[in-house]
Parts: sequence; C-alpha cells; structure tokens
Amino acid sequence: MTSVKMPQLGESITEGTISRWLKQPGDQVKKYEGLVEVITDKVNAEVPAPLAGVLREIRVKEGTTVTVGTEIAIIEESVAAAAVPSPPPSSKETGELQAAFNTPTAAEPEPAVEQSNAGRTRLSPAVRALIEEHRISDAELMGITGSGIAGRISKKDIEDFVAKRAQPATANGEQRPTAAPSATPAPTPGTTIPLSPMRRAIATNMLKSKQTIPHAWTVAEVDMTNVVRFRQKAKDSFKLREGIDLTFVPIMVKAVVEGLKAVPVLNASWSEQGVVLHKDINIGVAVSVEDGLIVPVVHQADRMSISGLAKAIDDLAKRARAGKLGIPDVQGGTFTVNNPGTFGTILSYSIIAPPQVGILAMDAIVKRPVVVDGDAIAVRSMMNLCLSFDHRVLDGVSAARFLQGVRRWLEGFSEQVPLY
Amino acid sequence: MAVKTVIEAIREGMDEEMARDPSVFLIGEDVGNRGGVFLASDGLFKKYGELRVIDSPLAESCIVGVAIGAAVNGMRPIAEIQFADFIAPAMNQIVEEAARFCYRTAGDFNLPMVIRAPWGGGVHGALYHSQSIEATFAHIPGLKVVAPGTPADAKGLLKAAIRDPDPVLYLEHKRTYRLVKGEVPDGDWVVPIGKADVKREGKDLSLIAYGLMLTYCLEVATKLAATGISAEVLDLRTIKPIDQAAIVATARKTGKVLVVHEDNRFAGIAAEVMAIIMENAFDALDAPVMRLTGPDVPAMPFNHVLEEAFMPNVEKILVKAKELAAY
Amino acid sequence: MATKTQEIEAKGGQSRHRGLGLSDDQALRIYEVMRLARAIDERMWLINRQGRAPFVISCQGQEGAQVGTAAALRPGYDWVAPYYRDAGVILWFGMTARDQMLSFFARREDPNSGGRQMPGHFGSRRLHIVTGGSPVATQLPHAAGVALASKQRKEDAVTAVYFGEGSASQGDTHEAMNFAGIHKLALVFVCENNGYAISVPQSQQMAIQNVADRAAGYGFPGVVVDGNDVLACYEVSRQAVERARHGEGPTLIEAKTYRFTAHSSDDDDKRYRRAEEVAIWRQKDPIQRYAKYLRDAGTLTDPLEAEITDRVNQQVDEATEYAEQAPDPTPDDLTKFVYKEELQA
Repeated sequence: MTSVKMPQLGESITEGTISRWLKQPGDQVKKYEGLVEVITDKVNAEVPAPLAGVLREIRVKEGTTVTVGTEIAIIEESVAAAAVPSPPPSSKETGELQAAFNTPTAAEPEPAVEQSNAGRTRLSPAVRALIEEHRISDAELMGITGSGIAGRISKKDIEDFVAKRAQPATANGEQRPTAAPSATPAPTPGTTIPLSPMRRAIATNMLKSKQTIPHAWTVAEVDMTNVVRFRQKAKDSFKLREGIDLTFVPIMVKAVVEGLKAVPVLNASWSEQGVVLHKDINIGVAVSVEDGLIVPVVHQADRMSISGLAKAIDDLAKRARAGKLGIPDVQGGTFTVNNPGTFGTILSYSIIAPPQVGILAMDAIVKRPVVVDGDAIAVRSMMNLCLSFDHRVLDGVSAARFLQGVRRWLEGFSEQVPLY
Repeated sequence: MAVKTVIEAIREGMDEEMARDPSVFLIGEDVGNRGGVFLASDGLFKKYGELRVIDSPLAESCIVGVAIGAAVNGMRPIAEIQFADFIAPAMNQIVEEAARFCYRTAGDFNLPMVIRAPWGGGVHGALYHSQSIEATFAHIPGLKVVAPGTPADAKGLLKAAIRDPDPVLYLEHKRTYRLVKGEVPDGDWVVPIGKADVKREGKDLSLIAYGLMLTYCLEVATKLAATGISAEVLDLRTIKPIDQAAIVATARKTGKVLVVHEDNRFAGIAAEVMAIIMENAFDALDAPVMRLTGPDVPAMPFNHVLEEAFMPNVEKILVKAKELAAY
Repeated sequence: MATKTQEIEAKGGQSRHRGLGLSDDQALRIYEVMRLARAIDERMWLINRQGRAPFVISCQGQEGAQVGTAAALRPGYDWVAPYYRDAGVILWFGMTARDQMLSFFARREDPNSGGRQMPGHFGSRRLHIVTGGSPVATQLPHAAGVALASKQRKEDAVTAVYFGEGSASQGDTHEAMNFAGIHKLALVFVCENNGYAISVPQSQQMAIQNVADRAAGYGFPGVVVDGNDVLACYEVSRQAVERARHGEGPTLIEAKTYRFTAHSSDDDDKRYRRAEEVAIWRQKDPIQRYAKYLRDAGTLTDPLEAEITDRVNQQVDEATEYAEQAPDPTPDDLTKFVYKEELQA
C-alpha cells in the first residue's frame, strides 16, 4: 500500500484544499492519470497519481484544507507495475555546465601569464554593471586578479568573486505570521463572511509582506499625453487587426521593462547572503477577480513587443476571470504592475509581493493644467506612478532613477515606437 | 524522424507543398526533365507534369517577372535561379517590383512567392558559382531572406517560405547540400521565418552564424569545450526579418560575441548584427563584438589556394574565438 | 501590309460598329469613356499649372487606342497590365473619375497606392488591373505570368499588356514575348506607338518601321492598326482576344498614335518637336473622329452629346471637389504594408 500525500504544487505554497476527487475507492488508476483536483493559492491544479494501481482509501474529504505532506489517499500498487514515484518537475537551468574541464594545453596562448596590468583599469560595461549590482568596493576590486588581456578584469572574474563571496540561497524562510490582535472592545457583530481560499491566501501574503519587508514609497508624475494620443489613433486599427483592445497596460508594462533594464536591482530578491538579481524579467499584472485579486505573470516580458504584451496580458486576464489559470501562470514573477487607476484613484500605496522587491501602481490618467515650455499653461493628461520598494535592497536614488526611466520612456512615446 | 541531407530536405519540402496545394509550382532553368542541376527537383516533373514544373528559357528577369505575374493571379510560384551569382539580371524585377508590390498598393496586392538560389563557396566554383548575396537583398524592405544551415531547417523554412504571403529569397548553401546531414521531424514540419535558433547553449561566448558557417561553428564549439570554454552557437536561420531578441539575449548572456559569415566584410550581415548588439546590449558587453568574414575581394577564385585563403574555416574561427575568450 | 483601317473602310463606313457586333449603347459607352479620360486629363493639367498638384502624365491623343482595345476584354474577368499613360484602359476597366483625382492629389483614399505612388501608377486587385511601377516594361513578364496562371488553372481569361514603343527596347519585352510564344499564352500585347519615348523619336529607338514586325520572331502574329481609329482598334483587339481565348496564343497589336501633350508636366516638348507636327495630329483627334462617325451613323444626336458632356463634366467636378477635400495619409502610414502581415493560420 502506498500513501499519497498533499504535494507542494509551487514555491511557497504550504497547504491545499481538496476540490474534487476524480477517482473513487475501488477504481483503477494509471500512473500520471488525474487523481484529484486541488485548490491552492488561487488556482485549481489536477494532481496526477504517482503510481499505477487501485485507489483503496480516500483520507481527506472534498472541501477540506490540509497542509503539504498530509496523507490524502492510499493506493495499492498493481502487481505488474514497479512503483517509482514520479519526481516533481524541476526548474530548468539557463546556463550549461562543462562536460569536461581540461587544463589548457601548452599550444594555447595564456593571457594571464603576462604580468603587465595595463588592462586592469579598463572596465567593460558588463563588468561595471556587475560591480554596481553586487556593491563591490574599490578595496575588494583591488584584490581581484584580472584574467583578461593585459590583466583585464573580465565578467567571469567578477562572477567568480561574487560566487566565492556568497552562497546562493534558494528558499526564503517560511514563517507563519503570528498575529496577536490586541484586545479592544468589539463592535456589535453582524454577518460573518466565510474566508474563501483566495481571501485566506491574500491575507497571509499581505501580512507576511508587511511584516518582513520595510516598505518605502515614492511617486513620480508622468505626462501621458503622447501615449494617450497615440493610443487614440492606433486603437481601432489595432482592434481590427488583433481582435483585442489596445489598453494602456501593455504600454505601461513595456515602460516598466525598460525601467527595470536600467535599474536591475528592482528586478531582484533579498537574501541574507546577498541581493539576487534575476536574469528574466517576469512581470506580474494584477487582475481584479470576483473573490479578490490575482496576479498572473507575463514571463520574459522583456522579449515581447507591445502587441505581444497586449495579447499575453489579455489572455491571462481572460483566463484569470474565468478561473482557468494554471500554477505556472502565477509563479516566477520578478516585479509587479498594478492598475488601480481604472477606478479613479490618483495615488496608491501597493504592498510588495515577496520575494519581489518592488511594485508599481499606475493611477488614473487625469487631465490637468500644467506648466510647459517655460511659462505657458497647457492641459495635459497626467498620471502618477507610485513605486513601493524594499528599502533593504535599494535606496531612494535607485527608486527615483527607475521611475525616471519609466517616465522618460512614456513621455518620449511617439508613433516611431514599434507596436510589433 | 529520419536522417536526411539538405538537398533531400529541400526536395521533400517542395514535393509536400506541391502535393498539398495545387497552386504551388516550380519554374527555372533545367528544373523539369533534368530535375535541376543539383537534382533539387528530381522526380517532380514526372509527378506533377509540365504545367507545374516548368523549364524556363535562359532569362532570369523573365523567371522572376513571370513568377510575380503568376502570384498576382492566384498561384504560389517557386522561382529557381540556378546560381545566386546569376540573380543580377533579375535585380530590377526583385527589388523594384516584387519587394514593392505590397507597399506601393497599400496592401492591395501581395506576392506569395519564393525565389530559391544556391549560394556559397567551397565547391571550386570560382568567381561566378560561389557568391553570397544575402546582405544585398536583406537591405531591401519588402523582401524576406532565409538561409537555413541544417536539413530540418531547410525543409521547415522552405515550407514556411512557400506559405508566406510575401516574397521570400530562400538561400540554400550548395556545399551543405550533401555534406550536412541531420534529423528531420516527420509530418508537416514548418519552421517559422524570423526566429533564430540556439543550436548549442553556452555561457562564455556566443558564435552567431548561418549557412555553412553554422556547421563550422558547431565544430569550433566542440573544440572549445575541450579546452574549458563554453561557446553558445546561435543559428540566425532567417536573415530578414532578423531575430533581434535572440541576438540580444545571447549577447547579454555571454557578453562576448563573434559573428561569422563567408560574405565580404564591408556592410555584410555581421555589421548589422553588431549594430543591433551595440544598440541593445552595450551595457552587458565584456568585450568588443568581433566578426570573422570573407575578405573584400569580388569573389572566391578557382585555384584552391586562393579559395581557401578566402573562405573562413574551422581553424580560422577557432583562433578568433580563443582570442575573444581571452579578452 | 494593308492596315486594318484600310480593310475596314473598304467594307463601307456606315454602321461599322454594328458590323463589329457593338450595339448603339456600347458604341456610345466607348465614346463616353474616351470623353471622360480626356476631360479628367484636361482638368489635371489645369490644376497642375495652377501649382496645386505636382505631376500629370497624359493620355491625350491615345484614347482611341486605349479604349478601343480595352473594349474587347471582359472587365473583372480578364486582366490588364497598363502603363502610365493608360487612363482610357483603366477607366474602361472600372476606375472612376474620383479614383483618378484621388490618385492625382495622392490622397490616403487613392485606390492604387494610398498616396504612395505618382499618378499613372494604376493598380487594383478587385478590378484585375496589375499594379505598375516606374521602371518600364517590367509589366510584360508580369502579364506573361498572369496569363500562365490562367493556363495552369485551365481558365479562359485573357490578359492584355500595354506599353510604349520605347519600352519595346527593354530586355523584359523580348523575354516576355519569347516566353508567351513558347507557351502559347492567352496574352495580347498592345504597343501604343506614339513616335516618341519622351524626346527620343522612333528612328533612334529602333531600326525598323513597325514594332509589330518583331512578333514573327516570337512565333505569333503582329498587327499594325491606326491607333486613332477607335473601331479599328476594337476590331483587331477583338480578334486577338478571341485567338487567345481559344488557345491560339499571343498577338502583338501595334497602334500607331500620337501624344498631344508633352511626356509629362515635367517635360517641355517644344525642345524636340515642332508645333506644326502636333497640330497635324490634332486634326486626327480620335475623339473628334469617332464623334463624327457616330453622328454620321445617327447614333450620336445633339441631345445625347449634351447629356454625355454634362455627365462627364459633372463627374470631373464632383471628383475634383471630393479629392481636394480628402485627407492626406498620416506619418503613421509610412511604415505600413511593407509586408502583408497576414495572421498566421
């Protein structure tokens, strides 16, 4: 007899609710065949049977929530099949490790042999960027040996140094928040709305975020007039060609991507061993759904055009509202964009979604009289960009530079910006 | 999956498309009875008849011009120019007409046509059977240019080109015809135009190439690995529209890039790739972008000493790659 | 070689059109289209000389050759590949005065090109008018390709390609005629020989008298016709079209005609030809000749003429007003349609 446990269906998921059993006791199950539907962290996931056999006992009823690792069913292996539990899906490494690492032959030129260090002071753009991101001091730099031509410090040299200096962390500590509400005289109770799984999940995450991340907040005003005008002109033909609306959201996401490329420290995560910069830019786009809020992720948003983003966001939003998002759709975000402005607010203080370090709220676009060209007054479409950031990881200067990058990109918007 | 040569993949690609779509036909010199001077269309004349596999007169401008007209009237022509070196008489029809039909009619007309041409050297073809023409035509807005380097890409890109609504210059490297073998997926295998392909992942430097040079760069990557250098090999596959995102991604990943092509150096495709990297990945560069190309002489000569001096090869690429790695 | 005109006149002048199978209405329609082509053209010159539009390239003097030959084809079914002077052809094939004026002012609504091409660069997929560029004679291989496709699909559509005697010197002309002859394509070659390629007279363009003589070298008949006799043009065209439709292959029609205006609004023809020569040819104006014939045949009466004149002028006025108000393309439009960009299936 084999025990089937509640699996961990994603990073930082700690429990799951049995939604629907797809097999009943006595049923034959094949390996990988769907066994039960589970709701966790806002999405439905179908859990496959880890082995072939006969389902003997269901241990957790539909509607019950249990923690990861709890036994939920018992399957008797069929005699013919060898029970080999299926491994959980592993994340794919983007780099390639060497198969063999031989010492260089005598025939190859060995630039490190040259003692001249004339090349030491020549820092390539990549090296400079790495120095800044890893906060390598001048003193530390002095101690790094350059393996490039004429003693040049190469990207690899910095990466090796950083690797020696830090042990890469994988998981953040999972702490259940201990909320101790103070005892105050309670008001007269009315109806109690039961907590849906989504509401519970939102509450847990928000509390954890506020308790662990020192939030700082800064705002920049953006003149969106060029974007508004462009969209006005382009939206009909876009709709005709693509079948979906051209909203401000994909344009904003593109601006944010550009901002993140300029200030990569906002596309990162805090760890005790160091700030982990992420190679991919995966933008979470907050979507309002019936129960609350869900943040599907546009993966590798930096590889997409505005129209590509529009399609991706439209697809995710539709599926979010229909309750059809999968686990990968809400995982892996490196930065979040929030759009409270659709309901008219002009300033918003959003809460960062750990393990991210920033969240940008785009508030309403409002026509205001502003001063332009020296002293003239003009009516322009203005919007506030409100950035909440993790003050452990970055300071106001980087936050301001990021906003500046986003703002400049938006203000410089013209018909020359390619949609495709 | 089966292992095929590039020429087999091309032949199959044409055969499958002609079987699938009665509007597809082939026109060119010697394509019919003889099956093409490289046997690219061997067997097609017998199978599809003289209205769909047409032996044209010796007139390149006419081959392309007739293809344009047929495309206007509902057909999907494949026009074969026997050697890329002989495409010049058709320049007017390709550049002034085919490339401009869609733009000059604001989209009313479009030409779903393919111009196939064998290109490249290493076959003792001398000045007029060895040229590279991709830079000349990639420069023209309104044309698409593809240059597969493997059998799978040759078949998949040919099908994509035939199905494409715009004129596509399909360049098949003649040295790869029988030299390069590879697995080609079964079924209706189509490779999208405009998408490069990382043929080998790596992290220390990037080799960007296409055509015959792709095969050489893969060999170089294997040799480099033995010395501890991990080279990523990006096969452009499509010259126009070039896959800017893939180029930028590999440049950002390794910070060191070497672009390799056998075409002449000045204003060759490497220049465009280098500009793209400069514009989009400057901050991630750990070394200047480098290129290894043919020299700026009119074409590769007949004598093997001169031909070898012209062509990039595995040794020359390896030396340059090591120089880049050591920078 | 006796021209067709001589043969036709030998059969007797009255009611030639009925003898050719044209009803009175059809004969009048031909007349009206010639009048319309002329009226539009005259209006364009007026506006150009007022400095309100940069470029005119005229059909004046060649309306007989154009409408006469085009009238033997089936608009929308057959295909034409005109050259830049062929206003008469494209009006017969369904373009309107408004289309012409939109093209003249290069407006966004210009059906040929959305304002991207100069006037005279006709093209409409719907009307089966093959788009033309500025390099001359490239349309001949295109027309051969159009006709080849008809043959491949076993359709009896006929393609007619138009060009001047100057274009007949281009290599593409030779290549296209050679190809059409080999494959017996349903292709009618119409050469409007107006004696000048801009300023270069025929004697500097070729060593022979008749472009039509070259047809023999490609294995099909060549016919010379008085290009200013619209019914003669109609007759030879009809014969060529029927040959083509019945699988008998191409014909080369050479219409001898004359260009009343300079090559274009950028040309000064006083530099290379004498006013007397132009005046002589104006006496043979195809429109006046045809009008006289129609009156003599009793088909064109004063009231009908007035009606036609009114209709033509009204169309030209309405077209001018409409096109003058029509919007220009926007800078956004510059980068569109480099590729067809269809949705992937």
